[in-house]
Amino acid sequence: MSERYKKPLPRIGEVNRPYWEAARRHELLLQKCQECGHYRYPPGETCPFCLSDRLEWVKTNGRGTVYTWTVFHQVYHPAFEKNIPYAVVAVELDEGPKLLTNLVNCKIEAINIGMPVEVVFDDVTEEMTLPQFRPVSQRS
Amino acid sequence: MNLKDKCAIAGLGYTIQGKIPGRSGMSFYLEATRNAIDDSGLNIRDIDGIIIQPCPTDRSVTAFTLAEELGISLRFGADQQLQGASACAIIQHAVMAVDAGLCNYCLCAFADTSRSAPQDVVYQMAWGTSAAYGMFGVAAHYALIARRYMHEYGITNEQFGKIAVTSRKHASLNPIAQMRNPITIDDYHNSRWIVEPLHLLDCCLVSDGGRALIVTSAERARSLQRPPVYIMGMGQGHPFEDPMRRSKLTVTGAVESGKTAFAMAGIIPKDVDVCAIYDSFTFVVPMQLEDLGFCGRGEGGPFVEEGRIALGNEIPTNTSGGLLSEVYIQGWVGLHEAVRQLRGDCGERQVPGAEISLVTSSGGVLSTHATLILRR
Repeated sequence: MSERYKKPLPRIGEVNRPYWEAARRHELLLQKCQECGHYRYPPGETCPFCLSDRLEWVKTNGRGTVYTWTVFHQVYHPAFEKNIPYAVVAVELDEGPKLLTNLVNCKIEAINIGMPVEVVFDDVTEEMTLPQFRPVSQRS
Repeated sequence: MNLKDKCAIAGLGYTIQGKIPGRSGMSFYLEATRNAIDDSGLNIRDIDGIIIQPCPTDRSVTAFTLAEELGISLRFGADQQLQGASACAIIQHAVMAVDAGLCNYCLCAFADTSRSAPQDVVYQMAWGTSAAYGMFGVAAHYALIARRYMHEYGITNEQFGKIAVTSRKHASLNPIAQMRNPITIDDYHNSRWIVEPLHLLDCCLVSDGGRALIVTSAERARSLQRPPVYIMGMGQGHPFEDPMRRSKLTVTGAVESGKTAFAMAGIIPKDVDVCAIYDSFTFVVPMQLEDLGFCGRGEGGPFVEEGRIALGNEIPTNTSGGLLSEVYIQGWVGLHEAVRQLRGDCGERQVPGAEISLVTSSGGVLSTHATLILRR
């Protein structure tokens, strides 16, 4: 499976490693400031609200809403050619941060700003799992 | 301390522009510089300061390698990278340097060969984590903002299209514009999606070419051959680099940069005769017009739809055709057009009696922003 996966994969470094290790365990984590309670994404080394370096990885509730989205009609990378047209969605998590992702089990025409979504996990290779989102009404 | 009217633009340099294969970035900086010198009536030896915006396709060009090619030594030099906002920001630094006595004649320049350079060096945003989700290119980030703008204020593709049509109409009056064939609103709707909700005709051009201009003191400018264009007001505003980290997507740095520039100039939007608003994509024009106070929050869509930014109407905007239809040499396109309008050099597209012009430039994904207010 991993030899056949041709899409780009996230580059993992010291700062974001806990996020991707958690994804492999099917958990969505964010860094939370131990001084002021601010949640940050993407991962970093200080809190941009109070400049504390006391950040701790905590589990999120995995829920949020669609903040905005776009639909790709042009091929920017050959591995996505068969997906066109596909949507990239910005999800605003309940904890505050926004992240770019895709919606699974959701037609493009059904996407709406404000729609509630929840995380699901896509094990794309043996080493890598991508957090994705789906409409909350769709229980498997 | 106020820098209002202390300095002026005394020379403008253009180059051949559009799709010009086989040229280096440096050759465009040199051509633009020669033309700015000729326009001003100065001698190249008079130039004692240079600030460049780095060439996206030729990293060998710096203020100092350019000075070397020009055969001059400098008293002041800098490379400034605010991406698309560099043009208006560089003029601000030139004004401060001249006013402080660090140099007398500051050359400001930029060149790009992105139209003809290999694709792998052209406006490719570095892949972040989001590439794993199929997120590529600059336009997609703008598309996310455009969608949110539609959602919050009800602006429509029809209104985006009106901007594209207006800009093209202006370009049809500009002999050096890259795209001069008029388009209709149907052409807009029929142009292919790039990243929804952005059509091809929502997106700026990609071009080869260069621009240069010379900033000096108001007093020195008055003794030169071209009418001085005075720098009345200037400001900057820089929201977070990554749009996803901003609390609101539908305001730009123009709020802050405009407020600072208007305060320095001591005028209000009603006093402005002609605008050059950075138009990397159609929809960022009404967004900045709202931010600058030319219309109220959320009124930008109807404002452009009613044609109020067209030549002959309330506030003619992007009279050269802008980045959408004249050429894409980043913020320098609007800046040069503003100076031309105030000199009365715009021919068929001249705004009669134009005395005050407002220019913006914006970089990244509405990440950096600079405003200038100019007068004749």
